[in-house]
Amino acid sequence: MSILVNKETRVVVQGITGKEGSFHATQCQAYGTRIVAGVTPGKAGQEVEGIPVFHTVHDAVKQTEATTSLIFVPPAFAADAILEAANAGIWLVVCITEGIPVNDVVRVKRALQSTQTRFIGPNCPGIITADECKIGIMPGFIHKKGKVGVISRSGTLTYEAVNQLTTLGLGETTCVGIGGDPIIGTGYIDLLQMFEQDDETEAVVMIGEIGGDAEETAATFIKEEMTKPVVGFIAGITAPPGRRMGHAGAIITGGKGTAKEKMEALEAAGVTVVRNPAAIGETVKAALSR
Amino acid sequence: MNIHEFQAKQLFAQFGIPVPRGKAVKTPRAAEKWAAALDASVYVVKAQIHAGGRGKAGGVKITRERDEVPSLAQELLGKVLVTHQTGPKGRKVRRVLIEEGAGIDKELYLSVLVDRKTGCPTFIASTEGGMEIEEVAETTPEKVIREAIDPAVGFQGHNGRNLAVGLGLFALEKAVVNPFIRLLENVYRLFMEKNAALVEINPLVITTEKTLIALDGKVSFDDNGLMRHPDVQTFRDLHEEEPLEIEAGEHNLNYVKLDGDIGCMVNGAGLAMATMDVIKLAGAEPANFLDVGGGATKETVAAGFRILLKDKKVKGIFINVFGGIVRCERIAYGVIDAAKEVGITLPVVVRLQGTNAEEGRTLLTDSGLHVDVATDLWEAAQKIVAMKRNTLSPRERAGVKE
Repeated sequence: MSILVNKETRVVVQGITGKEGSFHATQCQAYGTRIVAGVTPGKAGQEVEGIPVFHTVHDAVKQTEATTSLIFVPPAFAADAILEAANAGIWLVVCITEGIPVNDVVRVKRALQSTQTRFIGPNCPGIITADECKIGIMPGFIHKKGKVGVISRSGTLTYEAVNQLTTLGLGETTCVGIGGDPIIGTGYIDLLQMFEQDDETEAVVMIGEIGGDAEETAATFIKEEMTKPVVGFIAGITAPPGRRMGHAGAIITGGKGTAKEKMEALEAAGVTVVRNPAAIGETVKAALSR
Repeated sequence: MNIHEFQAKQLFAQFGIPVPRGKAVKTPRAAEKWAAALDASVYVVKAQIHAGGRGKAGGVKITRERDEVPSLAQELLGKVLVTHQTGPKGRKVRRVLIEEGAGIDKELYLSVLVDRKTGCPTFIASTEGGMEIEEVAETTPEKVIREAIDPAVGFQGHNGRNLAVGLGLFALEKAVVNPFIRLLENVYRLFMEKNAALVEINPLVITTEKTLIALDGKVSFDDNGLMRHPDVQTFRDLHEEEPLEIEAGEHNLNYVKLDGDIGCMVNGAGLAMATMDVIKLAGAEPANFLDVGGGATKETVAAGFRILLKDKKVKGIFINVFGGIVRCERIAYGVIDAAKEVGITLPVVVRLQGTNAEEGRTLLTDSGLHVDVATDLWEAAQKIVAMKRNTLSPRERAGVKE
């Protein structure tokens, strides 16, 4: 088992004829993902490495029964693309695009409340179920089927953690990049719940960073609902207040959202918090052998 | 992006939010001319810098004498103002805003921002105007009221009534209730239409004439929304930004200057923060945050090197790259070319992991450059900290500042 996506998942790539879109669609396909369609308005009838392109997501779904969408549309048009996917009945939307205005995401998130669509991202590396299905831009080869679920607000830092898990022979079930923006589609709690219910997942790694209070809220959930061990890392203990650290959501405002607060909240909830990002893998290993 | 108070007030006026008559000037001569045109009973001269706490730092002057306005402007112009928000270096005052003073009956606090928890634009209001809202929330949280706006339908009358009742406006001054609700609607419109990240009016004043006026204003913008607003882009003031951060921005690099002496260059924001943290764990302080992004090339690495080297505090450089789509041998070529071009004499540790990491490390080892290579993150961090320490004089090592 795994969560959200597996080798049966049928994926449409929105923005497939763009540089990023075509490159990553091909990479995902090479990993084994069923990329069944692409969408670029005005380019129906074309193909990208054998993947048929449609004008609209609606057409793509009708012709190919895609259920999941991977979005590489530029920031100004991304909100429209997400809503188009939901409108076409896509049930999982993964948006990689970085730089979408916050107010656009606010409106999208509100609109999705009246649909069945789950939205992951934006500004994220995507989602991967090891050795089955890669829907995103992460390097596939560092992943290996195993027993750890990963949830992260970051990209390369997630690769760092995954690489440690793979090297130590623990492997992963599903890894989800939830995105570095202040407003995101899916947060920690829904995913923690899915990992808790997933038979193959034995432990969860949660990678957070400064800004907001999603980690604190997740801590309450972990304390009350999680039986599996959770290992946490929070980036930005050295980050100064009031400065945005690369990610739009990574900022300490009004003294709130510090790494220290988050670490304390997680520890109080029974999460093993790692101080050294190089020790994430070992800590999971130790937690699993307890 | 942050803007000045006088620019925020221009936007307020544009959106029908009442502000005092005022104008920003750069010279005492212009101050004199404007004061004459203003012809008020009270004049307020306010230093324009991107930081709060100006009043307490002596950046706001009030006078009843029109003749005093130019000298008060002179006093502030060119002065370096240090407030609790500027840091010890302070900010140079290049403009002053000269306004008509208002008769204050009551000061309120009002702001709108997106609440990260609910994902909704949310008004925050308080009867404790003029104070910092964080402080009010800390000491008297019951005095902070919130009202979330449903982004699907926008601001509604009942949102305004809820806030008016929460502030006790019906009892306090019934005449301002309807103007207050109209003001809220205009603030919301400004917030959404201009892709603001924060609109704050503190204080929002009920005047002795029973009118409302935004006595101070702060607006910051969502950088991702700026593409839609050329008018807002013109508000950018480069004097208020760190020169190295401006240069980094021109190369599409994300750089934040810090106070330590280990410069770091990393691909990805989360890993860049984690790299800073690991430098600290290894016993040193990071000199910066620098994310060269997913598509790091020779050009971006070279630009990164140049920026790190311009910070004279930097005593060692730590490059940490996790190759995903970007292959490590390309990064290695980038580092080699850039190091030769820029001419690096400081200790450098390059940690490469991920796609083609081994080829990358071999290239660096064989390059003849004085660059140490590493595979493991912790090992690399310890290495650069030790190497930096060896470059210090015995006095520096003992913690004596030279």
